[in-house]
Amino acid sequence: MEMNGEYRIPATREAVWEALNDAEVLQATIPGAESVVKTSDTSFEAVAKTKVGPVSARFKGKVTLTDIDAPNGYTLSGEGNGGAAGFAKGSARVNLADYNGVTVLTYNVNAQIGGKLAQIGQRFIDSTASKLADEFFGNFSKALGGEKVHMIEQIEEEAEAFGKSPDHDAIAPTGIPRLPDDEVGQGYSPWIWGTALIIGVAVLIIFFGY
Amino acid sequence: MTDKAKSEAIGQPVRRKEDFRFITGNGHYTDDITRPRQTHAYFLRSPHAHAKITNLDISDALKAPGVVAIFTGKDVAADGLGGLICGWTVHSKDGEAMKAGTHPILALDTVRYVGDHIAMIVAETHAQAKSAAELVQLDFEALPAAVSLATCQSASAGQVHAEAPRNTCFEWELGNKAETMAALAKADKIVKIDLVNNRLIPNAMEPRAAIGEYDKGTGNYTLHTTSQNPHVARLVLSAFVGVAPEHKLRVIAPDVGGGFGSKIFIYAEETACVWAAAKVGRPIRWTAERSESFLSDAHGRDHMSHAELALDANGKFLGLHVKTIANLGAYLSTFASATPTYLYGTLLSGQYNLPAVYVEVDGVYTHTAPVDAYRGAGRPEATYLIERIVETAARETGIDPAELRRRNFITTFPHQTPVIMNYDIGDFAASMDKAMELIDYKGFGARKAASAAKGKLRGIGFSTYIEACGIAPSAAVGSLGAGVGLWESAEVRVNPTGNVEVLTGSHSHGQGHETTFAQLVSSRLGIPMDQIEIVHGDTDKVQFGMGTYGSRSGSVGMSAIVKALDKVEAKAKKIAAHLMEAAIEDVAFEEGRFTVKGTDKSLAWAEVSLAAYTAHGFPSSEIEPGLKEGAFYDPKNFTFPSGCHICEVEIDPETGIPTITNFVAVDDFGTIINPMIVEGQMHGGITQGIGQAMLERAVYDPESGQLVTGSYMDYTMPRASDLPNFQLGFTKTECPSNPLGMKGCGEAGAIASPPAIINAITDALDVRDIAMPATPARIWSALQAAPRQAAE
Repeated sequence: MEMNGEYRIPATREAVWEALNDAEVLQATIPGAESVVKTSDTSFEAVAKTKVGPVSARFKGKVTLTDIDAPNGYTLSGEGNGGAAGFAKGSARVNLADYNGVTVLTYNVNAQIGGKLAQIGQRFIDSTASKLADEFFGNFSKALGGEKVHMIEQIEEEAEAFGKSPDHDAIAPTGIPRLPDDEVGQGYSPWIWGTALIIGVAVLIIFFGY
Repeated sequence: MTDKAKSEAIGQPVRRKEDFRFITGNGHYTDDITRPRQTHAYFLRSPHAHAKITNLDISDALKAPGVVAIFTGKDVAADGLGGLICGWTVHSKDGEAMKAGTHPILALDTVRYVGDHIAMIVAETHAQAKSAAELVQLDFEALPAAVSLATCQSASAGQVHAEAPRNTCFEWELGNKAETMAALAKADKIVKIDLVNNRLIPNAMEPRAAIGEYDKGTGNYTLHTTSQNPHVARLVLSAFVGVAPEHKLRVIAPDVGGGFGSKIFIYAEETACVWAAAKVGRPIRWTAERSESFLSDAHGRDHMSHAELALDANGKFLGLHVKTIANLGAYLSTFASATPTYLYGTLLSGQYNLPAVYVEVDGVYTHTAPVDAYRGAGRPEATYLIERIVETAARETGIDPAELRRRNFITTFPHQTPVIMNYDIGDFAASMDKAMELIDYKGFGARKAASAAKGKLRGIGFSTYIEACGIAPSAAVGSLGAGVGLWESAEVRVNPTGNVEVLTGSHSHGQGHETTFAQLVSSRLGIPMDQIEIVHGDTDKVQFGMGTYGSRSGSVGMSAIVKALDKVEAKAKKIAAHLMEAAIEDVAFEEGRFTVKGTDKSLAWAEVSLAAYTAHGFPSSEIEPGLKEGAFYDPKNFTFPSGCHICEVEIDPETGIPTITNFVAVDDFGTIINPMIVEGQMHGGITQGIGQAMLERAVYDPESGQLVTGSYMDYTMPRASDLPNFQLGFTKTECPSNPLGMKGCGEAGAIASPPAIINAITDALDVRDIAMPATPARIWSALQAAPRQAAE
């Protein structure tokens, strides 16, 4: 599944780039981070505690950076392993651009979750992801001396048409609960990954590693 | 006969003896049992559908608070334990035996489905075991997963077992191929249909559980577990897994809260608990969390089929060709190979005179949980296929669905089908007539018009089903590949004071055997039910038994009791003859009294039973003291419950929400012991059928193999508000092959109802097909698509 979004960070592109590559800044800003260690110029390891719905886990993430184009962006790929809680893995492209004196960070994530996270946590990943991302960018922005982070846009997943994702009200209090539908095509569909993830996995993948 | 005896006789709706303890919280389920010094197990499961384990390090976890021991696949292998087995060998068209991959108790180096067992952590508390699991260091190399039935046989799909190329375990066939192809060639009309029988997750109310124990003093193992067949579990654990010799292993299945097939099978968890109890030197207990049940209980159904029905110009069926791909999951569960073959293909003649039937079934592996028998086991899939294609044929030929069925009903018995089964008796028209009368079939047009006036769509659907129960004649199933005989045993122990213990190899996990079996004994011996104890579920008490599944406890289990009662009665009569100084031929036994014809001599049951144990009144050189007899009963044939279910639905086209306005089920179960229990079985079975047809569906992500419907948030079980008031009716043709004339009723509701519901919904929508579950979303989408189709 894919998801993407943009954040406006009140700092220069160089400052943002530097901070994104600074383990200490990341440890201070990633929600629940216990440790962020730079293992080489192009890799990080991190441990963070998080809770996705009823599933709480201590994630260990390993992230590798490729296509590095300082200070414009890079691709990171990796895996967050939550032990019995499951895993998240995937890759993300991060780009930085100047925009009226601030930096616009855009990200594009391709990710998968597995284990208990997928079994039980999937419904909560969407909201957890947004919350974690907002928290992270808020902290990150503050660390860079800014006050407020602005989310420009958060592009929801593809299948928006009515009837395509009938599962949204599966726990509706009235009427007959609904199941996911074939026609939506589980897997590449929002049903599984789409509504899920957004930035949550970005946190699991990007920021854990970072 | 006393009033009490009359109220407890066969055919009376006696209240269930066992319910008082269940509803007052006094049942003894496995999880209720506490053993001294017990430890708790937690299973670390695979988060991947298919992966190599590249690193498994338990050293940190071993140091965690409360941890007693941790076991992995290496420990199991080091002890030389065998894997779990499949008890039925199916052969492919080319004569080759099925290709069974190994089924390790704990994964060695490869995991094959999400939920596959990697390690067992044993700790002082469940919470400590679970916490320690977090400390197990695990690395995987993820491998491509084969998930979708449509693509798992392609060369590029991930391979589940090296032994089975293209993930194909067997390519089975049954029937008369040449005749079927000839029938299709000469047909005036061929009706074709493609169907998916949706995958289901069983969801018994009580999750699976186990307590393994080892007695160092005697070297004896004890396993309490949620089993439908404790003796079969013991046999598998002894003879195949090699946990302990049979005489050193006691398996107890105490009160069990629902099974529906899922507790027939021998799973990794109970095996690991009882095996490791000896290593730890303390009892090990485990109870599944509901999320574990979703992942690791054997699932049901999951077929993809194409079928073609040949008809002549008058609507007579000439032949049926069926091609099915059946999902077996990642490992062969205990009866996984039999369910989509001999319990499926053999029923594809339905209630119809079908001169030619040819069925091909590919059993395939996928990286999903094992799939095996679930209430109905193969027969719901067969009934769904044939009743959907017959209804479709009715619509395409313009013949009324009842009339088309009637034209093709088998009316003379015995009837040999082209697919093994020899139907012994039935009256299919009688049950359909009664069902049509109960639902007021003639008035349907008016009701449809009334619905239309309210802007609603109304439809009606039939399902005339037959199933094979009472499994099964041992020699017959043996010739088809079964590794066991499917007889049943019983032992009737009469105590000196006249009360009776009946030991049965059947197992009750909701069926009410303590009531129905006692009714039978009460009717035969003339003693009240409260003097009869039904003992089951303990291999130390019951010598051997094959357990409960396939609606067999009545027709097979009770037949064994009848045989044992016959022997008890014969011996008691001999004793009574001596006591009353009469010839044995002159002794009669009725309503609990022995009498001598033509005299006023009589003895009560309890007087004779006491005399049997004092052994004062008869020559013990001729008659052994005591009164206890056992019997093994091997059925002569399958039994064939049949009937007609008719469903009527009303659909709101604005929302797609369907409402079952009326559901009629008329069934022929032969002799009924307790009509209240039979009605309960029907209510439960139809409810599960409604679940399959309208609500339930297990979904794996087709790429990653993650279980998407892994909790009740996403997997919809039927609730009371989803159900109509059921209208039940019964017709009766007595089964000729067993002494009570019983056929079995445990699965009929789940077998018969789904096609009736889908036939009603497709009738209301005027569409050819809709996939199960027919959710409001799917119905709404079908309604949106329909006008466009018409325009094209």
